[in-house]
Amino acid sequence: MKTIIKNIKGMYAIWYREFKVFTRERTRVVSSLLMPLMWYFIFGGGMGRVAAVGSDYHLFIFPGFLVMMVIFSSLFNGAYIVWDKKIDFLKEVLIAPLSRTVIFFGKVAGCMTDALLQAMILLIAGIIIRIPFTPVSVILTIIMLFCLAVGLVSMGLIMGSFMESPESYGIISSVVVYPLFLLSGALYPLNNLPLWLNILTRLDPASYAVDGLRSAILGTSAAGYLPNLMIIAGFDIVLVLTGTWAFNRMKL
Amino acid sequence: MNTIETVNLTKKYEEITAVDSLGLSVKKGEIFGLLGPNGAGKTTTLMMLSTLLKPTSGSAYINGFDVLKEPSKVRASIGMVFQDPSSDEILTAYENLKLHALLYNIPVKDINKKIEKVLGLVDLQKRKDDLVKTFSGGMRRRMEIARGLLHEPKIFFLDEPTIGLDPQTREHIWEYIKSLAKETGMTIILTTHYMEEADKLCDRVAIIDEGKVVALDSPDSLKRGLGGDIVLLKGSKLEIEAIRALPFVKAVQEQGAYLQLSIEESGKHLQELLKVAGVVEFVQAHSPDLNDVFLHFTGREIREEEGSSMDRLRAISRAKTK
Repeated sequence: MKTIIKNIKGMYAIWYREFKVFTRERTRVVSSLLMPLMWYFIFGGGMGRVAAVGSDYHLFIFPGFLVMMVIFSSLFNGAYIVWDKKIDFLKEVLIAPLSRTVIFFGKVAGCMTDALLQAMILLIAGIIIRIPFTPVSVILTIIMLFCLAVGLVSMGLIMGSFMESPESYGIISSVVVYPLFLLSGALYPLNNLPLWLNILTRLDPASYAVDGLRSAILGTSAAGYLPNLMIIAGFDIVLVLTGTWAFNRMKL
Repeated sequence: MNTIETVNLTKKYEEITAVDSLGLSVKKGEIFGLLGPNGAGKTTTLMMLSTLLKPTSGSAYINGFDVLKEPSKVRASIGMVFQDPSSDEILTAYENLKLHALLYNIPVKDINKKIEKVLGLVDLQKRKDDLVKTFSGGMRRRMEIARGLLHEPKIFFLDEPTIGLDPQTREHIWEYIKSLAKETGMTIILTTHYMEEADKLCDRVAIIDEGKVVALDSPDSLKRGLGGDIVLLKGSKLEIEAIRALPFVKAVQEQGAYLQLSIEESGKHLQELLKVAGVVEFVQAHSPDLNDVFLHFTGREIREEEGSSMDRLRAISRAKTK
């Protein structure tokens, strides 16, 4: 019991720090919100004219932008740990009498909170622009994004724990963030793709989230809500375990 | 009982041996200094003692716990102030301390009380709710010292506690460390490459060079061990043999263009020395400091940033003769 309390306090400590930073770094939050909004209105507005999916293109791509928000925020926040390495803040955390697994979970909780809060802002924006949300679909959306964020934050933390200098931080956006987004099916339907592209989209956990959210919000989906959620949960298990391992082997 | 005990503690990085078979025992309540130039292996030693780095071989016991077998108990026994800033500057001093308190499982009801107390120790109560990024280097270091004390560790590690601080702030930090040792009775281990710092603060000093302890004693004994005052002579025709023959001259050593002597009571004997020394162009006498001790044991200077013009002269002349 004592150990449980100790570990919960440890996780809360890490979460507390992430949350405080989130509330202070408003420019970071605003700029990361701007990105999906710009894509949605500018890209969506333009593509809507030519898209094959019909006149509801702005509805079709909306779930993808919630997912985009979570991809960007989760991965960047997770990998941000490489900056903590640069200043000795990470040492201060790792020297505490807590297991690294506890610290990893605290970090996941903290980064996820940021990502989900940002996604919530987009969700509210969606309600305002009359995306047909219902109370049930809002809850299903939150659950789906929550599960996606667990895996993606873990992925960010794994990358951050391997990176030695913040200079490589920038690579994440081109090597991981954009591929995950572009392969997710956020912008185009995933049926009738060439085989190689089809395989790549199947490897992208975000593609299941996009499809699952379309099921919840728009009622149009390839696989339905629950199967997609299950697959993401599978990704989560693998990524969380890998992340725990990466944290335990991380050198300073 | 010794609070810290290391046996053959070694850390190798491929070819380089950063710490070489270190054997240290530190008594409870001591202020113990690891003095040496940058790259001597001081920080590596602290990292191993604090379980952040695994030794290549050898063992270390902190507060009776093995750093390899019981790292969590070791970590609960120690506090650490890192060489580089390790606080989050987007948080306030209070928030940084609260984070630390939660990480160390301090009972929630005691957290605020303890934070007030440690901030009081370093005179930072008034800045409690300011963001750390508004702090000066000295304030930030003080805040990090306070943070390290929050969980009342038995052993406190300070890695270069005053590096990069101005002389006045440095003196302040020394005061804090001294009064801390007196009030709490905890064991303090600090690394430094400022010999003055080691001299003023430490009960015992281990002089470290290239990963090895070359001398270990109280600063006074180390200095006394050199056998008197240091006199530097320069001249075109020095009568080295005559100087050597004087009864109060304990050692004669050529240091580049200079002749370095160890002399008993230089104030009293200088005149007599100069009578027999030959044609002298330059003479300087001083009581030995830890820099002389380091020089004696390693043949090199320890100080870099704080060198007087005399040191630079000596360094230049050494470089030329090499």
